[in-house]
This record gives sequence, C-alpha cells and structure tokens, in this order.
Amino acid sequence: MAPTITTASLTVRDLTVAYQKKPVLRNVSVEVPEGKLIGIIGPNGAGKSTFIKAVQGLVPIASGQVEIYGKTYKQQRKLVGYVPQRESVDWDFPADALDVVLMGRYGRLGWFRRPGREDRAFALECLRKVGMADYASRQISQLSGGQQQRVFLARALAQEAQLYFMDEPFAGVDAATEKAIIHLLNELKQQKKTVLVVHHDLQTVEEYFDWVILLNRRVIAAGPTAETFTAENLQKTYGGRLHVLGGQLLVSSQSVNDEEDER
Amino acid sequence: MNLWLALQDPNTQWVLAGCILLGISSGVLGCFAFLRGRSLMGDALAHAALPGVCLVYLLTGSKSIGLFLIGAGAAGLLATYCITSISRHSRIKEDTALALTLSVFFGIGIVLLTYIQHSASGNQSGLDKFLFGQAASLVSSDVTTMMIVSGALILLTILLFKEFTLLSFDAGFGRGLGFPMGFLDALLMLMLLMTVVIGLQAVGVVLVAAMLIAPAVTARYWTDKLSVMAVLSGLFGAFSGALGTLLSTQLENLPTGPTIVLAATCFFVISLLVSPRRGVLVRLIRFLRLRSKVLHEDVMQALYERMEEPHHLQAGSLTFGIEEHELAEKSGKSTAAVRKALRGLRRQGYVRAVDEASGHRRWTFTPEGLKKAHGLVLNQRLWDVYHMNEDRYASQHIDVNREELASQLSDETLAQMLEQLHAYNLTPKLNQHVPAASQLHPTNRGGLSV
Repeated sequence: MAPTITTASLTVRDLTVAYQKKPVLRNVSVEVPEGKLIGIIGPNGAGKSTFIKAVQGLVPIASGQVEIYGKTYKQQRKLVGYVPQRESVDWDFPADALDVVLMGRYGRLGWFRRPGREDRAFALECLRKVGMADYASRQISQLSGGQQQRVFLARALAQEAQLYFMDEPFAGVDAATEKAIIHLLNELKQQKKTVLVVHHDLQTVEEYFDWVILLNRRVIAAGPTAETFTAENLQKTYGGRLHVLGGQLLVSSQSVNDEEDER
Repeated sequence: MNLWLALQDPNTQWVLAGCILLGISSGVLGCFAFLRGRSLMGDALAHAALPGVCLVYLLTGSKSIGLFLIGAGAAGLLATYCITSISRHSRIKEDTALALTLSVFFGIGIVLLTYIQHSASGNQSGLDKFLFGQAASLVSSDVTTMMIVSGALILLTILLFKEFTLLSFDAGFGRGLGFPMGFLDALLMLMLLMTVVIGLQAVGVVLVAAMLIAPAVTARYWTDKLSVMAVLSGLFGAFSGALGTLLSTQLENLPTGPTIVLAATCFFVISLLVSPRRGVLVRLIRFLRLRSKVLHEDVMQALYERMEEPHHLQAGSLTFGIEEHELAEKSGKSTAAVRKALRGLRRQGYVRAVDEASGHRRWTFTPEGLKKAHGLVLNQRLWDVYHMNEDRYASQHIDVNREELASQLSDETLAQMLEQLHAYNLTPKLNQHVPAASQLHPTNRGGLSV
C-alpha cells in the first residue's frame, strides 16, 4: 500500500479556486514531503479550508493539478483521510460514536457491502486511540465538542490513509482533546504518514508542526517551520493584523485562546 | 359495515396490501429525506406532480399509473430544476423558491383539473380523487404497480442504506471517500418522487408528503439509532396506511389521504408527549424534578455553609440553627422558595425547625440531614478542585456528566484532592461525627457562647 519510492506525498501545481467569479485561491503551487506534520497557517478568509477541500476535489477548481504520491487524486483516493470542521454536520443525527467511526470504513467496503465484525473491531480500536473507547455507544449529540472532534479523528483513522487533511481540529476543544490530538499526530508521523492541519493558533505552531504553509489567497511561504515561520513571513501573511509583543505573536482580528496555551 | 367481512373481500385485501407497502416505503425513505433536511421537498414534488398527471391524462386519455409516473416524474424534475435554479441565480433563498414553485405548479394543476372536470369525458375520469386520495378507487393493476414500485424502493433503500446514511450525515466526507454524492442525492430525490407518485391515488397530492415526514419524525422520538429508526418509521407508515385505508373503505366518501395522515399524526402526537427520552411530558416531569432537586440541594448547601462560617460555628449554629432570610441571602433565592424547600426537606427528615414559637424560625440539620449535606458540599468542592486543575486529572477518565465525583476517583487521587481542599481551606467543617452529640443533646452545650 505505501509507495516505496520516495516522492512528494502531495504536489499541487498552479491551483486556482473561484467561488462565483472572484478567485479565492490563486496560483497555489506547493510540494509537500512525506512523513511530516504540516500546519496550514493564514488569517481568516485566506482560503485555508478551501485549499484542503480543493485538493480533495470537494470544491470545483478553476485550474491546476493535484498529485498524490505521483498520481491523480481519483486514483489515490483510498490514501487520503479527511477530518472536516466539526460544525459541518448536524450532531443530532441518530447515530452513536461507533457508527460515525464506522463511516471511515465505508470507502474500503465499496458499494452495497455492510461493515462487518472486523470493521467494528477496527473502529473500536480507532476510538481507543483517541481515548474514546468508553463512549462507543454514546449518542453523538451527547458528546462534548472535544469528544465530537475526537470521534471525527477516529473516523479518519478508520480510513487507514497515508495522507490526512484536518480542518481546524484544535478549534474550541478542551485541553484533554488537544493533548489527545497532538499525541495522535505524532503517532501518525512515526508511521510515515503525512498530516496537513489547518491551524489558527500561532502560539503553538512551532511546537506542533515540522513544516508550515503560510497561505493568504496564495502561498506566501512553505517549508520547514524553523526556516519558514519567521516574523517576516508572518508579516507578509497577516499584514497589519499581526503584532509582535515581547516574543509573543498576537493577531488582532482573532482571539488567541489563552486557556489552551497554559501547558 | 362489518370490518371482518370487508377484510374477507379480496379487493380490500389488495388495496390494503398496497397501502401498507406504500406506508413502509415512504416511511423508510422519509427518514433520509427528513435527516437530509429535505422534508419540504416531498411536499413540493407532490404538488408539482398534479399538472404532470393532468397533462398525461389530457394527452393520452388513459389512467394507468405507469404513464402517470412518467408525467409526474417529468413535472417533478422540472420543479426541482426551477427550485435549484431560482435559488442559485437570484437572491431568493431555497425555502422561498420552494414555496413559489410549489404553489405555481399546484395552481397550474388545479386549472388543468378543473378543465378536465368540465370536459365531456372528464367527470368520469376520477382525477379529482387525486387531490385527497381514495383508496377504494384503486383497481388491481394500480395496486400491482404500487406494490412493484414500493417493493423496489424498499429493496433499493436497504441496499443503499450505508450510502444514504453517509449522504444525510456528512456528504462532504462521503465525497472524499469516493461515493458520488450528487448522484446519490439525485437518486434519493427520484425515489422520493416515485413514492409520491404511487401514493397520489391513495393519499392525494395535498397530503402525500405527510406520509414521508410524519412516520420519520415519529420514529425519531423513539430511538437514537438510524437502523432502528428506519424500521420503526416503516412500521408507523404501514400502520397509518392500514388504518387509514380500512377506515376510508368502511365509511362512504371518507377520503383516504386525510384518514391516513390523521392516523400518522396520532402516532406522532402520542410520541411527542410520552416518548421516554424526547417526549414533552417526560421532559417536563424530568425538568420539574430536577428543579426541585437543585433547589433542595442549594438550600441544604446554603444552610451548611452558613453554619460553617466561623462566627456561626462558635455560636453553636448546629444547635440554634439559621434563620430563613439568611439562607435566602446566602443562596440568592427568594425567601418563599427557601421556605418551600425547607418544608420539603423537613418532610424528608433532613432538617428541623428550632425555636418555632418565638416567631424567628431557625433551621438546623437532623443527623441524617447533616450527613447528606456534608456529602453534597464535599462533592461540590471536589468538583471545584477538579475543574480548577482539569489538566492534572485528565488521565483519570472522569465523566463530567455524572453527578458524583468521589466514586469515579481512585483512592490515591481522592486523597490528593482532599489534601488540596485542605490547602485551600475548603474542607467541609461540619462533620457528622463531631457535633452529633451536641446536636442530639442541645442542653449539653449550656446556652449561648457569644
């Protein structure tokens, strides 16, 4: 399953996405190495979510090519796992946590086939990895926000993918969930999987990610965190909204979540 | 007329079987329409079907369900197209576009229907039955078509259960998995349309949408599992279909549609009231119980904490009690609410009044009440400590929705937390062991020690 030749896990060339007539993303070209945790950073409305959706073909693209391990997305679909924003679904759906995680297996099952005993065992194992095994039969609307986020992560794990896209998994979660996610991301990295994470909190970027893509309608900079996540590049990305205060980064248009940064 | 005799009649049996199958298929499909947020779509499709059916009749003069399916299908597709293009190309939102399309199509349908009624052969056409439905007007070929189509729909839904689940919960994720969500959505729509069309003659355009919605909504009240919900919804649909059909064949000129819908509505109203988790009555009772429980606990805590204050404690608060207005002040509740809670607590044997005759009624705990209050206050303060240091206890797998904390902790952690309580000077001071004696024999303490 895992490709033996060392290629870029994701190559995007000249990607342009337009809603209505106005381009949201323009000329995005980036080559993402394998086995890294990659943060996609940028201000609100910079097209971060659009970027990961466009790469997966979830929104129509105006131009450009996307290659996953050297082939088109359609050919490599099984290698891709996705964690959408938690608010994108109605949680008052008649399902328990395990049912949702099982959805991650649907792609492998294909048409008409039902998940079997092995799939259930696998899904339960995924729930265990995110520390949610005790909640397998809990109705999803009765889970806290952080727990719902972890269910989504477990569902992505159940996809057994090589390349993961996560849309703001850290948004509005409790400290326990944030820890669980970070633990999981590092575990994925050790398995040579690539994870792209849309991320909001500039304070934690250096701690969490090996690689960053700074995005604001186009790619401002992309590369290893140490070289790329610099005040100069951030200034280019955020413009006047960024303030550097005693080594701390503050973005005036976004609320920096202090409680979650205590650790 | 005798119901039993009617059931012996093979014609009634056929019609009944057809309506039951219709009920099952619309119930099962309705689940997905409801969860996908497409409840109104069924209504729009049903109303849009009327002009299609009338046109087919005008063009061919035949009344076969097969042809009607084609006509209604074409009209339904046109209506869907109108709705999506109106909401896409103008500032009108989808609900408005839906309402607009629905009424325009229905208007055209009524005009055509009136024209047919007044034409030479028209008044025998029986097309007017399409408005409110008349199961008795079904002939055996109609019923056969109904059974084949609804059977196929049920089978297809069972086959595509997983895919439709994905579609209605998280279409974006499903697309990522490689399932063609646009196609599935269109297919679901087409299947809804077919349900509507086969239901037209029995239930009528005006009410057939209720067959899609009512059973699904009813079923949602009884379960949190989609598979169970689909089965229940099918059953509710079947029951309403059977009930409505039987009633309308028994009483002359009673249209089937409204009868079926009324039956379905009855199931819904009953569920709305008494379903164990979501029912209105059950929730009301649970809410009232919770409110009185919270009130009682708050008052007990206020009494406990007031007594715990050093100057009260020195004055022998356990013996002499606390006045009501002080408790009201402490707990932030009205004196009347506090008084009511105290009376309730007295009935339960947790508190007793001291010095009632003097007009300044004061309250204190019974030994049992003190034990209970001590437990409450301790639990509350343990939670406080837990929330203060949530990070540290994250590994303990604490379920914050459960009421009691201590029982969820290991002895070690509990000891650690109790130590912390002590450090914050929050250890509940009134222990049931120490002052119990003085409480039982108030005279032992020998008067006030101000």
